[in-house]
Amino acid sequence: MPHDHAHDPDHAHAVLPSEPALRVKALETLLTEKGLVDPAALDEIIDSYQDKIGPKNGAKVIARAWTDPAFKAALLADGTAAVSEMGFYGRQGEHVTVVENTPEVHNMVVCTLCSCYPWPLLGIPPAWYKSDAYRARAVREPRAVLAEFGVTLLPTQKVRVWDSTAEMRYLVLPMRPEGTEGMSAAELAPLVSRDAMVGTGIARGPKP
Amino acid sequence: MSRVHDMGGRFGDGAVIPDLPDAPVFEKDWHARTLAITLAAGALGQWNLDISRHARERLAPKDYSRLSYYEKWIAALADLLVEKGVVTREELRAGHAEGGSPLAERKLLAANVGAVLAKGGPVDRAGTAPKFKMSDNVRTIHPAANRFVAGGHTRLPSYASGQTGEVRAFHGCHIFPDAHAHGRGEDPRPIYAVAFPAQALWGPSADPRDEVILDLWEPYLEPAHG
Repeated sequence: MPHDHAHDPDHAHAVLPSEPALRVKALETLLTEKGLVDPAALDEIIDSYQDKIGPKNGAKVIARAWTDPAFKAALLADGTAAVSEMGFYGRQGEHVTVVENTPEVHNMVVCTLCSCYPWPLLGIPPAWYKSDAYRARAVREPRAVLAEFGVTLLPTQKVRVWDSTAEMRYLVLPMRPEGTEGMSAAELAPLVSRDAMVGTGIARGPKP
Repeated sequence: MSRVHDMGGRFGDGAVIPDLPDAPVFEKDWHARTLAITLAAGALGQWNLDISRHARERLAPKDYSRLSYYEKWIAALADLLVEKGVVTREELRAGHAEGGSPLAERKLLAANVGAVLAKGGPVDRAGTAPKFKMSDNVRTIHPAANRFVAGGHTRLPSYASGQTGEVRAFHGCHIFPDAHAHGRGEDPRPIYAVAFPAQALWGPSADPRDEVILDLWEPYLEPAHG
């Protein structure tokens, strides 16, 4: 399929190969030859987001908030300071606000203009978060989108959608599931799903 | 006035498809490579985050809609590299360098990746005193458009333009993207979380209890009376 990528020949990117994997390879080769990119640094960035920086970080924050009332209060008052203290400050998480789900309010996060997401806490966003469908619909019909995720709200809950239009990154503090009384933060963390921290899921109790 | 990326509220995109619990972080190797090259190229210091976002937004609408997420990143990166003179169009076409670069000394080294990712790039700055206070009613400007540059970068979505909302939080002063994306400096401005009733934005089909909150810089806001 030649030439199917070059709708806009005025843009420089139109001269790149049509196969995306080859396009990236061409850029990497060129920038490496020019001495501007270190392929080992690329490997290091990929390793960081593939293995080290991901939703397990956010889950530790949530589990601690469920078990430590003073930490929870600090987290809701100044999210940036509280997550920094746990070592989760960094790129795309420089300004953090944590919003709490209650029987009255369900919070849900989107970025309609691009794909803003709290990287140090949740890692790289999943494809659905970056999809046109989610970006377009989460603000207009959040309840219909939640249904597509299998989430049923309490009849008492209003929905508050946070559109991440600036550099403030939002993390949802889900409600602690029933049947988890007496569990430690380490035991609770695996119950905190990524989607629960975006607000497209809820934290579920341990399987009986 | 809007560009193709400004899709909040749009109809016709179909269902959201949640991923499987064991989905990989990067679906394809080249997705990972694209993210890494984009970050490494950004470390050369020839553009900022707002310029980078705008480079994706000003892809031709046909390209923006047709290209996958990481393909947009590749296209925007290639455009920026040529526009900023980091590589030539001929080099891009050939896929090989015709010479070295004076920016090579800024190359991000593997040993520094951890520190760079941990350091981040905070955007809070000293700035002017806020004009609005908690619970104030404010009206967003209409149309949603960059007031410095026609078709320029802005972070007021069209769906929230010309609407009345309530100030719920003040975040201090942040770098103003409308200026920062266009070589006009950081121009820090007060920024607020503003809540809009869902029914005001979408009509009676929305639940009367629901609301949408956006972070909006002061130049996007006017006092609302009544």
